[in-house]
Amino acid sequence: MKSLTKVTIISNLEVAPGAYVLSFPRSFEFVPGQVIGIAMNPADKPRLYSIASGNKENVVRILYTVKPEGKLTPDLARLHAGDTIYVSEPFGGFICDEQKAVWVATGTGIAPFSSMFYSGLGKNKTLIQGNRFANGLYFREDFEKEMGPRYVPSCTREQVDGVYHGRVLKYLSEKKDLDTSLKYYLCGSAEMVVDVRDLLIERGVPFENVVAEIFF
Amino acid sequence: MEETREALFGKTLSQLETVVKELELPRFAAAQIADWLYKKDVTAIEEMTNLSKAAREKLASRFEVGLSDPVKVQTSVDGTKKYLYRARNGKFIETAYMPERNRHTLCVSSQVGCKMGCLFCFTAKQGFQGNLSAGEILNQIRSLPEHHQLTNIVYMGMGEPFDNMEGVMQSLEILTSDYGFGMSPRRITVSTIGIIPAMKVFLEQSTCHLAVSLHSPFEEERRRLMPIEHVYSLTEVLEAIRSFPLGKQRRISFEYIVFKDLNHSPRHVKELARILNGIRCRINLLRFHPVPGTPLQAPDDATLEEFKTALENKGIVTTIRKSRGQDIYAACGLLSTKEQQVI
Repeated sequence: MKSLTKVTIISNLEVAPGAYVLSFPRSFEFVPGQVIGIAMNPADKPRLYSIASGNKENVVRILYTVKPEGKLTPDLARLHAGDTIYVSEPFGGFICDEQKAVWVATGTGIAPFSSMFYSGLGKNKTLIQGNRFANGLYFREDFEKEMGPRYVPSCTREQVDGVYHGRVLKYLSEKKDLDTSLKYYLCGSAEMVVDVRDLLIERGVPFENVVAEIFF
Repeated sequence: MEETREALFGKTLSQLETVVKELELPRFAAAQIADWLYKKDVTAIEEMTNLSKAAREKLASRFEVGLSDPVKVQTSVDGTKKYLYRARNGKFIETAYMPERNRHTLCVSSQVGCKMGCLFCFTAKQGFQGNLSAGEILNQIRSLPEHHQLTNIVYMGMGEPFDNMEGVMQSLEILTSDYGFGMSPRRITVSTIGIIPAMKVFLEQSTCHLAVSLHSPFEEERRRLMPIEHVYSLTEVLEAIRSFPLGKQRRISFEYIVFKDLNHSPRHVKELARILNGIRCRINLLRFHPVPGTPLQAPDDATLEEFKTALENKGIVTTIRKSRGQDIYAACGLLSTKEQQVI
């Protein structure tokens, strides 16, 4: 792990039940899609989180959900503006260019794509975002405003106007005009990533055009 | 509903000392319990006959030994057996036993399912369903009908061992300690896809062998096969290994699954020679066995042999791992996936 630096939290807002956006001043350059390690103390083992904010913004935002059994998130959720945490330099290679492509995300797997989006890489992308409930479609308003019909929100546990009802896998499997020449970027649970990757390959997308990020 | 008591099996000596302290038993009872658990084949606390009856009753009020027999076995024509165990969360894990004349190897799982999403792996299709405790890892060894014949253990079954450091390191301590199974660390290999922080801890705290899944020397190509490359690149993995003094006994091997027309060209040979330069290691070539739904294909025998020779000509010690249990999909997580779907 890269060395850790102390940062002071600007805000730590609960954006949906159990989901938080934590922000702190940006003191490093990064490529959208990269991750940082976060720890409460310099001696702790850092946990990895994708940066969710744009690479020209003055702050770095991290999206996380509280895992009751987790080693970090219950403590993180108790922090307020002015408290400090330790962060690593950014690293990782889940990066995307300006070519037309499709982003598929579930849960907090939206973070690398929101970073790409807020960094200006969303102009010719389609974003398929899924979660169980609509309040877990993080940053939805911004995506809707900028991406219009290229943004497809979906949720599985409730029916909401303008939101596809079902899993992202189902949405893609029903899509008749799936463009097999595009690159597909996936980020979310291992199960979603593997299922969607299998589907895309089955539908004719070359496996080298399926770029998957994992949580662990 | 059946009462679940905590398992003693899988606890380290220091954890057993905490247990006996809490139960106000003599301190030496911890070593006695460890002896019963790891050196003798007891399955119940009442069999620990050098503990007083009162001590056994106290122990049994809160704990059980916690062993669990395999629930299913498939036997290959080549003698390989794939055992299915039920984990404590009700899910299933697989363990592959591979007997040979002088070597009896057990391939153990460290997680139920896996988070890593490798393109060629069937376990990935289960998603992640939980970490195994040290007791559940060791149970695969201890409850194996052939456990007295085992000579080697490899952590190459379901799951990424370094994504479950607590269970894996604790199980390694018990396997290699005098109070535990007393196994030589040279008989144990832990395989990883390259989670660097955990790998460094393993290299520092254990003396077991390390195997790293390589599969392509080119980062872009490896990324398509193994998403972990996005987070911990092969370059950084090799840098971490190079920076660690390994001594003469410890072995580093690189697992390399060969896929037809994908990762065995002269370009791959040249790049492998370049990136592994200066690391005392060997490459284990594995023939890919297609799993349902994969876009990847198996190479033929001649391709494997040619690739091996080309690597050896570059000075890299290279072996081809014999395929075992192909008729029962010994290596792919298929049996447990089917069982998870049934329950």
